[in-house]
Amino acid sequence: MGSHKLAPFAVLKNLFLRVTRESKPPSVAVVLATARTFTLDGISARPVRVEVDVHRGLPNFAIVGLPDAAVREARERVRAALVNCGFEFPLRRIVVNLAPANLRKVGPGMDLAIAAALLSASEQLPWEGLAEAALVGELALDGSTRAVQGALAMAEAAREEGAKELVLPAENGAEAALAEGIDVLPVEALGQLLALAEGEWRPSRPQPLPLLPSVAGGAPDLADLRGQPHLRHALEVAAAGGHSLMVVGPPGAGKSLAASRLPSILPPLAPAEALEVARIASACGRLGSGLPGGRPFRAPHHTISAAGLVGGGQPIRAGEVTLAHRGVLFLDELCEFRRDALEALRSPLESGEVSIARVGDQRRLPCRFMLVAAANPCPCGRGEADPDCTCSPYEVQRYQGKLSGALADRIDVLAAVRQPSAAEIGGAPGETSAAVRERVCAARERQEHRLGAGRCNAEMTPAEARSCPLSEGGVSLLADLYSRQRLSGRAHDRALRLAQTLADLAGLGEIGEEQMAQALQMRRRDHG
Amino acid sequence: MAESGACLDCLRRSWLLAALGPYVERIATGEVGSRSPELLRLSNEELVEVAAPKVAEQMLGRIAALGEGRLNEELLLADCWACCRHGDLYPAPLRDAADAPWALIGRGDPALLDGLEPFGAVTIVGARRATSYGREIARELGRELARAGMVVVSGMAFGIDGCAHRGALDGGRTIAVLGCGPDVAYPASHRGLWRQICEQGLIISELPPGAPPWKWTFPARNRIMAALAGMTVVVEAARRSGSLITMDLAADLGRDLGAVPGPVTSRASAGPNALLASGAHVIRDAQDVLDAMLGPGRQLERPDPVASLDPELQAVLIAVEGGASTCDSIAAATGLPGGGVAAAIARLELLGFLACSAAGTYSRSLQPL
Repeated sequence: MGSHKLAPFAVLKNLFLRVTRESKPPSVAVVLATARTFTLDGISARPVRVEVDVHRGLPNFAIVGLPDAAVREARERVRAALVNCGFEFPLRRIVVNLAPANLRKVGPGMDLAIAAALLSASEQLPWEGLAEAALVGELALDGSTRAVQGALAMAEAAREEGAKELVLPAENGAEAALAEGIDVLPVEALGQLLALAEGEWRPSRPQPLPLLPSVAGGAPDLADLRGQPHLRHALEVAAAGGHSLMVVGPPGAGKSLAASRLPSILPPLAPAEALEVARIASACGRLGSGLPGGRPFRAPHHTISAAGLVGGGQPIRAGEVTLAHRGVLFLDELCEFRRDALEALRSPLESGEVSIARVGDQRRLPCRFMLVAAANPCPCGRGEADPDCTCSPYEVQRYQGKLSGALADRIDVLAAVRQPSAAEIGGAPGETSAAVRERVCAARERQEHRLGAGRCNAEMTPAEARSCPLSEGGVSLLADLYSRQRLSGRAHDRALRLAQTLADLAGLGEIGEEQMAQALQMRRRDHG
Repeated sequence: MAESGACLDCLRRSWLLAALGPYVERIATGEVGSRSPELLRLSNEELVEVAAPKVAEQMLGRIAALGEGRLNEELLLADCWACCRHGDLYPAPLRDAADAPWALIGRGDPALLDGLEPFGAVTIVGARRATSYGREIARELGRELARAGMVVVSGMAFGIDGCAHRGALDGGRTIAVLGCGPDVAYPASHRGLWRQICEQGLIISELPPGAPPWKWTFPARNRIMAALAGMTVVVEAARRSGSLITMDLAADLGRDLGAVPGPVTSRASAGPNALLASGAHVIRDAQDVLDAMLGPGRQLERPDPVASLDPELQAVLIAVEGGASTCDSIAAATGLPGGGVAAAIARLELLGFLACSAAGTYSRSLQPL
């Protein structure tokens, strides 16, 4: 029994001795090695050059070049990974410089590059095999690789930088393979790096992630929304013209349910758009096993800060608006959101991008999203018309003041909903997303034909809106309202855009009186 | 103008009331200062003795030291004028009341008080917490009564008061009686209304310029409102509302009482419904008020604008009057298709029959333009 127990120790000891004995004698010369890698900045990757200098002197391992804590801790990970993979960790003075020195380096994604450069500097790895490669990846203590955020952006950046291949953790392979024009070499452990460098082994290109996944069976579908024909119509119109939408109604009327179904009736993403969405998801570490299904849907809680909503911080992180790029941003309980957060939304809504200024630098993050807001009609939620409403008129006045103040000028469609009746709740499921999406797509096609690719009615300039073809009935209705001063100039254009969408949905060449009247009813009024 | 109407003693009374504000507040407790009209019957000395016995002498001394020049200057600075119970401008109806204010401080057009008779004015009161029904009716009553040549008196508070004034400003003349100085816009969010009444109507108060409102000053101004007009109409009020104090005061003076009927299930209409049960005039529109005050016969021009509408629009209007406030509920009530309902709503809104709230719900508006 006793000798049996001792055996593994003996094996281990032998192995250890063998490894040290077989390693090369320490070199006296000063050795310098470099490797290419990337750090994430917002949602884009910045190139970083890792320089490793191995000196004679007291054993030391220093990392310089504005590393954050995660980068600095690479020391311990790299040391353990090298030793545990059977390499020698040189007992000398090691300095790792991350250039450019003025760029802040974040995250653990530089481990692999530091390890590779260190191996090359200590002549344990023939660098020729990796001369054209960039490396990213985090190391575990046993030398295996771990996934990093933003692999897609890094693969694209590597291609821009002229690298021929990108070595990265196996888990990121499928994601990075979305980038064309660069060889993606996924490795599972540090040991494979040696095989790769020596030309003994080369992984095949991984299958890229599917960008446009087929709609899964359990995906949210508009059929779940029972009754509420007005809300359905408002959703369809908003989706068809890209109009922002506000739904006001008591709790439980189906506001959130309706909003979460909106992505499913929007037209499918174009391949280029899908890539944009994937890039953002990848940079935020949300692209793990597969895309969440076409267009993103983000519903931040109302306690979110302005920086959380539009992005910011140090290092810069993408906000909810960027995560909702090409998708839907849903603000439930609009009146409860912090005023500064809503104010911060204004310019991103207008320009379709967030611009974050930092000392001497400016980052732009894309954010073209559809805004859907929901609110209760009064603080207690029942609405003034309900006899059970216990809100005082002051409270209602204050609350509705908030409704018409908070971002209201950016909202096109206002839909008031009531609790659906028992018959509706128990009734047949509504029309499916697929059927509605077909009409929406047809309407969008008409818009693109008229306005140019990728544009929708909500983006029409005032001049374009005023040149919409109107039938005589529509003209007289609008002119009547305008001349009675019931309509401001902006509301006039908003009504025209909405009417144009309604005409597109109906497949008409000009805006009829019916569409004009409906648009006037759907539009959000300028109150106060 | 400042020197015109008021004698020094009466003016000093106003300033004394302002100085006694916090002291009276303490003793006029109970049902939200409802004792204040009684207190205001007292003479200066009695009032000070009751309200502020500890500082009585100082207080009286300070008031006695107020000179005519200083008071007139203060009035002038606040763009106000004054009249007192000994002057000609003082409105005749107020003389009926035992607790009538000694002096009135006014801002706006004094001509509104000139020759004011009880049958020439109607007071409209009601809850601050009014429903959209009450607000619509108040507005309509205010406008139609003003158009018929009546002076509409109210208190510029939230809810019914404000709507009555707004309606009256559309149609003619209105007087706001305040529980603070006439140059103080209270409630503050009615500053726009206050300014408009200053310009087109009249604001009066028994308190001097700059005096802040106290709880007891509202029942006090209610007695002025009740006395000014030949009839007081309550539009909406809960069971224990301050508006009912005004009705009591008006009844004590022998003025006509009117009440607008409301649903028996509505708390906001409990007050008027109770008054109707005890014999107040039923007020459905301005014509009812005129009939009650001046006798039947004085006709208002009232073509029915609804009759000229398309049947479809009329159906939608009936649905909204029946309580449907969203597109879906209107569609369900009328049986019209969703698109048709939307179009009908847009037309009705355009014609001024419907109003849309910030929350997107519709209510009947009585103001066809």
